[in-house]
Amino acid sequence: MTDFFADVVWSDIALATVDTLIMVFGSLGLTVLIGLPLGLALFLTAPGQVWANRGLHGALAVAVNILRSLPFIILLIVLIPVTLALVGTSLGVAGAIVPLVAGAAPFFARLVETALREVDRNTIEAVQAMGATTRDLVLRALLPEALPGIIAAGTVTAIALVSYTAMAGAVGAGGLGDLAIRYGYQRFQTDVMVVTVALLIVLVQLVQMLGDRLVRHFSRR
Amino acid sequence: MIRIDNVHKRFAGGGGAALAGVDLTIARGEVFGVIGRSGAGKSTLLRLLNGLEKPSEGHVRFDGIDVATLGPADLRQLRRRVGMIFQNFGLLSSATVAQNVALPLKIAGTPRAAIAARVAELLDRVGLHDHATKYPAQLSGGQKQRVGIARALATGPDVLLCDEATSALDPETTRDVLALIAALNRDLGLTIVLITHEMDVVRQGCDRVAVLKAGQVVETGPVADVVIDPQHAETRALLADAGDIGPGAHDFAGQVVHFTVHGAATTTPLISRIARETGADLTILDGRVGRLRDTAYAQLTLGIAGGNTAAALELLAQYGRVSR
Repeated sequence: MTDFFADVVWSDIALATVDTLIMVFGSLGLTVLIGLPLGLALFLTAPGQVWANRGLHGALAVAVNILRSLPFIILLIVLIPVTLALVGTSLGVAGAIVPLVAGAAPFFARLVETALREVDRNTIEAVQAMGATTRDLVLRALLPEALPGIIAAGTVTAIALVSYTAMAGAVGAGGLGDLAIRYGYQRFQTDVMVVTVALLIVLVQLVQMLGDRLVRHFSRR
Repeated sequence: MIRIDNVHKRFAGGGGAALAGVDLTIARGEVFGVIGRSGAGKSTLLRLLNGLEKPSEGHVRFDGIDVATLGPADLRQLRRRVGMIFQNFGLLSSATVAQNVALPLKIAGTPRAAIAARVAELLDRVGLHDHATKYPAQLSGGQKQRVGIARALATGPDVLLCDEATSALDPETTRDVLALIAALNRDLGLTIVLITHEMDVVRQGCDRVAVLKAGQVVETGPVADVVIDPQHAETRALLADAGDIGPGAHDFAGQVVHFTVHGAATTTPLISRIARETGADLTILDGRVGRLRDTAYAQLTLGIAGGNTAAALELLAQYGRVSR
């Protein structure tokens, strides 16, 4: 058993793991920063809501759909010029963040929109009937009520990002995916493949457990 | 206090008009009911009063001020004078009972110390002071509606709008909630506008009522008049749903009539008297005898056979109202 893993360079594995964690959680932070307002805008501009605006809602929906309809591996390549312009390199962890956020933010925004739609219609009306501004409505009612749903959306997005980072590895992003492709696939090092896959499984499990626990903590239904 | 003047409401996306020319006046301090089936437009009508909906045509005036002309800030000011409660309560599930009741005060910018005192006072009034730190999911339906009422009262409104507020509650809890609403009307002089599809709610809780059908008011008046002597087929149908008027079809070989009587004549032993005088046999097929505020009334479905039926009908008509 120890012989099987004899050729694994554990320091490489550790570095790749750290890279994956930075890519997943760094891009998750930016994804929430961009996706949450985007999801709110999608919800608030929908017909019957406070900022109902067919044109704006349509434009946002089309932009989100375009980004979501590209397979991530294609998005990675299409965005290389944008990444170069924004961070100066399309390689490594820094180069991966732009396509990761571009892929995950629209996905997260749609999930946020869905979570907001679950907020009881009477509750929204009740808060409006109190004389609330839209700001009050969003901060004091919509976001607190949708919080468990938004956390669940964040969990799903984080797991999607784990798989995206592995793909990003294919175009020079580094991380566990990169290791799996270069050693496990191209150099037939099954031992490295096994280790990276195991680490990815553990990472996904941990993210899901943490997300579920937070959802439970904030649920009052 | 509230004047609804030739109001029409059409929703984007077609369908019929939700409201088609409604005129109503609601006086300060009264409990005004609007009854109708689902789709009659009662929800839309209620939402016009606090500007949650705007009329397509016509005016809703609040103490003479046209609600539709108010800017956002003035509309928010008006809404603090108008409380609203809902069928599904509309509470924040993520906030405690006390936080729910405090919300309108926070939105109105009330100082923190004043909020705590006011919330305690409101929870006392609705009998929920022991439940302040619970979440809505831990409460019964009746308790949730009490939280809704406390919340609606927080900013000291003049008017309370009730949107099918008892429709999700069992009959006993409905009575409790209606009693609480009646107490608020009496003690605080609150004007109450209540929409419902249940005649029992109107009978228990309202001073005046308007019957809404397909976006139009088909009958309006004091509850006693409308219940005892309904003029429109829709009103009669709603009364029949509540068991006030029995079903029309009976296995009775003879004449079947609906007979309504109120006031002193209710206690006159008229059925046996008519039978004796005309030789006709009378039987009660269905009916309800009761009291509306201070008026005794009876609504009966009578079967008449044999003897001089025409004379019997004539005598009945001297005591009350007869319809086929």
